[in-house]
Amino acid sequence: MSLVRDGKKGAVIVGVGETTYYKRGTSPDSEFKLCLSAILRACEDCGLDVRSIDGFASYADDANTATRVANALGLKELRFSNMVWGGGGGGGCAAVANAAAAVTAGYADYVVVYRAISQGTRRFGAGSTGGAGVSEISGPRAFTVPYGLISPAQAFAMRVVRFMHDYGVKQEALRAISLASYFHAQSNPQALMYGRPLTEQAYDESRWIVEPFHLYDCCMENDGGAAVIVTSAERSRDLKMRPAHILASAQGADSRKALESLHNDLSYASANFRTVSDRLYEQSGVTPAEIDVVQVYENFTGGVLMALIEHGFCPPQDANEFFQLENLIAPDGELPINTSGGNLAHSYMHGLELIIEAARQIRGESTSQIKDANLSMVISSPMSSPVSNLLLTGAEL
Amino acid sequence: MSELIGDTALPTGLAAPVPAADGLDLPFWEGLRRHELVIQHCSSCGRFQWGPEWICGRCLSFDLGWESVEPRGKIFSWERVWHPIHPALASAVPYVIVLVELAGADDVRIIGNLAADPTQEITIGSEVAGSYEDHNDGPAPYTLLQWLFIENPDALSSPKN
Repeated sequence: MSLVRDGKKGAVIVGVGETTYYKRGTSPDSEFKLCLSAILRACEDCGLDVRSIDGFASYADDANTATRVANALGLKELRFSNMVWGGGGGGGCAAVANAAAAVTAGYADYVVVYRAISQGTRRFGAGSTGGAGVSEISGPRAFTVPYGLISPAQAFAMRVVRFMHDYGVKQEALRAISLASYFHAQSNPQALMYGRPLTEQAYDESRWIVEPFHLYDCCMENDGGAAVIVTSAERSRDLKMRPAHILASAQGADSRKALESLHNDLSYASANFRTVSDRLYEQSGVTPAEIDVVQVYENFTGGVLMALIEHGFCPPQDANEFFQLENLIAPDGELPINTSGGNLAHSYMHGLELIIEAARQIRGESTSQIKDANLSMVISSPMSSPVSNLLLTGAEL
Repeated sequence: MSELIGDTALPTGLAAPVPAADGLDLPFWEGLRRHELVIQHCSSCGRFQWGPEWICGRCLSFDLGWESVEPRGKIFSWERVWHPIHPALASAVPYVIVLVELAGADDVRIIGNLAADPTQEITIGSEVAGSYEDHNDGPAPYTLLQWLFIENPDALSSPKN
């Protein structure tokens, strides 16, 4: 069953907005100002009157509340506000789906999905609690922090170690994923790693963060804001940008015991997408071979590896052959991924920049454009819970 | 680095674990203090579960107790940490975190450190035994459970301490 089969009822992404992206802690603007700027740019992008916005959806416990944003923008009325549980980027695509659901249900007409981050005072990569200055810790993290298991990289590495062990995956597969993001960033002047190409040798010689993650297997940490506008296909006809139709989206987790179960997930060596990916394909009626381009959230390259395998792009036993740079890059790779540079080399906006890039592929505006891209996928934050995914299409539904 | 530095697997200075305010995990922390590993166990369906929760995820019973488990198991996964995310760890890297599958508790997994040379090769499936590590100096004393390879599994009938 498709989320949207009727073109009149279907939802679309029609406006996209991004601020300048900054290295962590260096934004001259406050987080809230970054948030507002991104929303204004998304409206400008598609020619939408800001005062038409009537709903907001976000994720990752975004601190900029819908009420404050609505007040600041002088909206007439707030009709929909929604937040996906979970502190990571796993809810990115889910936030778009929630906006689409609101639009198709008639709860709101123009829902903005936004994410703004300024890490001058709080740093995601250091772990949410348990860092320096914390003398006591309780709850689930009491079972990890005293053992030096504190950061996201440390929380995810053991899943990847187990997966690589089970299927004989080599470090070079992770390296190819990292190199693909850096390769695409060299064509994107907005990417933070534009002009800073990465070589195999530089990857191999980079320091370990936690095995099997080198420095270049880990996402950047950045300041900035990003926003997309979700409305109905019908309303989008009055706006000036070509819409990216929301064909399908799924969210959740495949394991009965995800993340908070202290590494007791029933499917541990996993990106948590096994059932979530099935639902995306069931909704859309699409097969993996039909997908033109994928933006897949690189919190860490190992999560990308498992997530793409769980989305059916390659069987796990073939990972070493499949995850080669030439397969992963535009314009002619078998499965081009992260065509703006992704979280590793474009910007880390908790993956909302990936959703924008997926829409740009449909518009034909990417700096690493796939010819005639018509099925554009996004995968949010592998290994988190909940996770989510999204399939955009250019074809009228 | 081939020898442990000091008496603990990691330097002091990391946050000290304290039982949750709602009492959910209190028996676990009390157990470690008396050098006993206890894992949550459903009195209704007889299965172990971890981490601690107020309900049995299998049979939905609230009748959960705690059973003593021998701290022995196999390495299910592991990681070697090189970047010290906390200032107290600056001189401690690399160190190894292990995820140990407890044979005596339906293979639930618990997290600890490998209390041995962190640079050595580590093999998934290796047998390990627990070692209780007391932290008595702070305002809220606590005990951690660390892990050592069992060189000859048959020769070790009870865990080192």
